[in-house]
Amino acid sequence: MPGKMNSEPTAGTVKTDFAIDVSNVTKSFSGKVVVNSLSMQVKKGEIYGFLGPNGSGKTTFIRILCGLLTPDSASGTCLGLDILKEQDAIKRRVGYMTQRFSLYEELTVTENIELIARLYNVPERKKAVREIIETTGFGGREKQLAGTLSGGWKQRLSLAACLVHKPELLLLDEPTAGVDPKARRDFWEEIHNFANAGITTLVSTHYMDEAERCHRLAYIAYGDLLAKGTIQEVVDGSGLSTWIVTGGNLGALSVELRKSGTIEQIVVFGDSLHLTGSDPEQLEKAIEPYRSRPDYYWKRSRSGIEDVFIYLTEKKARDNY
Amino acid sequence: MKIFTGFSFKRFAAVVIKEFIQMRRDRMTFAMMIGIPVIQLVIFGYVINSNPKFLPTAIVCADHSPFSRSIISAMRTSEYFSIAQEVDSEQQAADMLRRSEVQFVLSFPENFSRELVKGQRPQLLLELDAADPATVAYAVAAVEGLVDSALQKDFKGALRRPPDSLVDIRIHRCFNPEIKTQINIVPGLLGVILTMTMVFITSLAVTREKERGTMETLLSTPVKPLEVMTGKIVPYILVGYIQITLVLGLAETLFDIDINGSILLLYLTAFFFITANLAVGVTISTLAKNQLQAVQMSVFFFLPSLLLSGFMFPFRGMPEWAQWIGNVLPLTHFLVIVRGIILRGADFMDFAGHFLALSIFLVAVIIIGLLRYRKTLD
Ligand SMILES: Nc1ncnc2c1ncn2[C@@H]1O[C@H](COP(=O)(O)OP(=O)(O)OP(=O)(O)O)[C@@H](O)[C@H]1O
Ligand SMILES: [Mg+2]
Repeated sequence: MPGKMNSEPTAGTVKTDFAIDVSNVTKSFSGKVVVNSLSMQVKKGEIYGFLGPNGSGKTTFIRILCGLLTPDSASGTCLGLDILKEQDAIKRRVGYMTQRFSLYEELTVTENIELIARLYNVPERKKAVREIIETTGFGGREKQLAGTLSGGWKQRLSLAACLVHKPELLLLDEPTAGVDPKARRDFWEEIHNFANAGITTLVSTHYMDEAERCHRLAYIAYGDLLAKGTIQEVVDGSGLSTWIVTGGNLGALSVELRKSGTIEQIVVFGDSLHLTGSDPEQLEKAIEPYRSRPDYYWKRSRSGIEDVFIYLTEKKARDNY
Repeated sequence: MKIFTGFSFKRFAAVVIKEFIQMRRDRMTFAMMIGIPVIQLVIFGYVINSNPKFLPTAIVCADHSPFSRSIISAMRTSEYFSIAQEVDSEQQAADMLRRSEVQFVLSFPENFSRELVKGQRPQLLLELDAADPATVAYAVAAVEGLVDSALQKDFKGALRRPPDSLVDIRIHRCFNPEIKTQINIVPGLLGVILTMTMVFITSLAVTREKERGTMETLLSTPVKPLEVMTGKIVPYILVGYIQITLVLGLAETLFDIDINGSILLLYLTAFFFITANLAVGVTISTLAKNQLQAVQMSVFFFLPSLLLSGFMFPFRGMPEWAQWIGNVLPLTHFLVIVRGIILRGADFMDFAGHFLALSIFLVAVIIIGLLRYRKTLD
């Protein structure tokens, strides 16, 4: 509804292409900065991943977007509406799924969805509720108390509840935490269907495979934005190079490498060792003495998104202290 | 005011429906809401109804005679009195009374039997500890008849006298000369029960949403503070009415307490009182961070209500500052109203001032609650 914007138009008309366009979002709790001057642009119909270690400020940022927390400072729009002044209008068009299950445990599946539908004044409520129950696979469980659902089903119910008013923007806070692989795959398929239908999704997650399913993503740590863009852009932008070691006794090798202290980052995976550094030549020199060892197989590789994230976080931690 | 704009009846109804479902599923709380009035009424009613017997009594006898002996033995057989001791001096008896060793002191004057025979209606002094009027009421009521019927046996035939004129029994109430009627308690109890359950339960109802995180869901929807607040209040108004009906019904069936005034008027004014307490509960819950704090703050409101409203202590006997506090509390005004209606058949104009005070309190608390209600989590 770009034509209906009643706030002062933000610079340029391009901005209406963004479902989320905010900048300088800052929030502190009792003096501690939790979100630090964060900016984010999410295009309409885009699936935007939001990653960062525990306590990095993801939930806080999402809450600010849907008006649940008042930022210390912020500017910009959400669905073309001013995030500071038009929170009520934003709430009507956004579906927010909380990280922690926050529907009523003593209400049944249907009662919960009905409640939410009523609170949003959903037209043809009965039909809308029926539909959402069918599409989210709750047929046959309508009368079950939400509190007695298993963890994964609770997540699904939360999703169902935030979809019932047909929002244009979904803010999903770790929607797949504790959800089994098959359900996770179904879930992401659904998100992509929404995207095709023009619904924008901002989704926080700790899973790397999910990061790869996003069109673009942002990575934050300690409240600061460390990287954003497509995965390709993030990896290239980091300027990191990685060597992957397989075979042999990886555990012993990793201990040895760590002791030598010449390699910036060593991450042990099940059957491989990822050695990452910001300077390719220095990294190559550091591993030179070990390469002649038998049994091990060395391969230069593109840094994975996970290597990058870990590198960024640890670098950030070092810079902070 | 901005807080009143854009009220949606549908959203309000959504909250009401939700509250009803939760209430229905939370059997424990519901049982308490029904159980508390019954238990309190029965407990208080037991005290009211109690007919204490064998109350310790001291005798000061300056005139040992067959007459005094037959009076004393009649008192014994009545079972109301238990003659603890015969003491020699008035002073000794007064001390015993003060120390709560005895409930009654019966004094026979020096010339008791002589005056009695002459038909001069001698005085018989019954001093009693009336701090708790309920304790002594029955015994006092019985004493006159007791004395007379005992003496009538001694004055048979020619000595026969007209009844009730043999002795002049003087009753001296120590410690509580203004007797509070027990009947005061039940109407008062009505207000106390409502204050207690309404404030506690609503203050918990909202803090529970905060603790469980469901507040986050509510806040992320377009529902307005006034809709949440009223939506939470309405179901409990109904509960309040159930409690009133229960208490009045029990008062009638168990203790024969009739409502002298208009029951409709009682129910109408009760609406304002119930709502005021619910608003207090909701407001507390907007201030409290968790359920424990909510309980503490509810107690903080409940205690002065109990102590300074005139339920526990006669309002007129309280110091001025206490009356000031009492006058702010809704229970104070409701007690006057409810006692007026039930006991004295008062009509609206008799307590219009108190009704006004109650209404002002209600509006003030709702506004505070709405101003305090956070539309955000911080
Ligand atoms: N209401 C609050 N009061 C004080 N501090 C808070 C509050 N909410 C969050 N924080 C702090 O803000 C920081 C960021 O928390 P947030 O929940 O946004 O992290 P997150 O990125 O969502 O973490 P996770 O991945 O574990 O969900 C944490 O250090 C947290 O302790
Ligand atoms: Mg979080």
